[in-house]
Amino acid sequence: MSLVARHLEANGIATVVMGCARDIVEECGVARFVFTDFPLGNPCGKPWDVPMQQAIVESTLTLLERAWMPRTTVQTPFRWENDTWRDAFMRVDESNREALAQAGEERRRRQAEIKTNR
Amino acid sequence: MDQLRPYRSFTSYIDRSREYYSAQGYTKPYAWAHHDDVPFAPLQKSLDRCRVGLVTTASGTPVEGAIGVGPFKRELYAAPTDPPPKSLFTNDLFWDKQATHTDDIDSFMPVNRLAECAATGRIGSVSPRFYGVPTDYSQGRTTQRSAPQILEWCRQDGLDAVLLTAL
Repeated sequence: MSLVARHLEANGIATVVMGCARDIVEECGVARFVFTDFPLGNPCGKPWDVPMQQAIVESTLTLLERAWMPRTTVQTPFRWENDTWRDAFMRVDESNREALAQAGEERRRRQAEIKTNR
Repeated sequence: MDQLRPYRSFTSYIDRSREYYSAQGYTKPYAWAHHDDVPFAPLQKSLDRCRVGLVTTASGTPVEGAIGVGPFKRELYAAPTDPPPKSLFTNDLFWDKQATHTDDIDSFMPVNRLAECAATGRIGSVSPRFYGVPTDYSQGRTTQRSAPQILEWCRQDGLDAVLLTAL
């Protein structure tokens, strides 16, 4: 998505990326970025929370108007109700290490099967 | 100062996904896009005269198969913003399905919120179409195929600015 934004900017169209994966967007490098520190999935506000969504869109429009140089990131002031998602998402520890290794093996086996059947 | 922390607060998905796929036996980590230079296009007119568009990584209809299960096909598409779609297909994307959901489209593509901004005059108008771009493992396909097509649609629809939302 950041690569598309860069292409539009290079061709004269102003953009804002709205996202939750701060490191991925900032590593790529975009003109304007509205970062909301939520679990992946709701970069424009919590589901059904219209006032929050309106506030995030307003931050986005304000950034469009006011940014004067690239790599301008604005972080919205909202917080998820808890922090448990931070450690839970894609967690790797002793409790699931073996299961993940098996899942990887299984996935590679299925992909090899698909390739053979093509 | 509220707290002292010996770590950064936001999640690093580059670090997290590298460790996760390494644990699955993928030895070559994904190489993320990195650029030293960033293009910048200033807004050319006041926002209340601008037509604003939307780009999402969600797809319009369930795709055949799912990632890793079988051959799957995700296409670039353009679809009407009016009437706005009630939902989009996101199950094949890698968002946090334990922590949240995507039943409310405005939580990941603010099509109704943006229409409200047009109604109040905050922006000139909403693009008649929004665009879907697949999340692609291949950065070459994104830059060579997806990005030029999205640009062409933006020009056809006369857009001055675009909000891009990644799940």
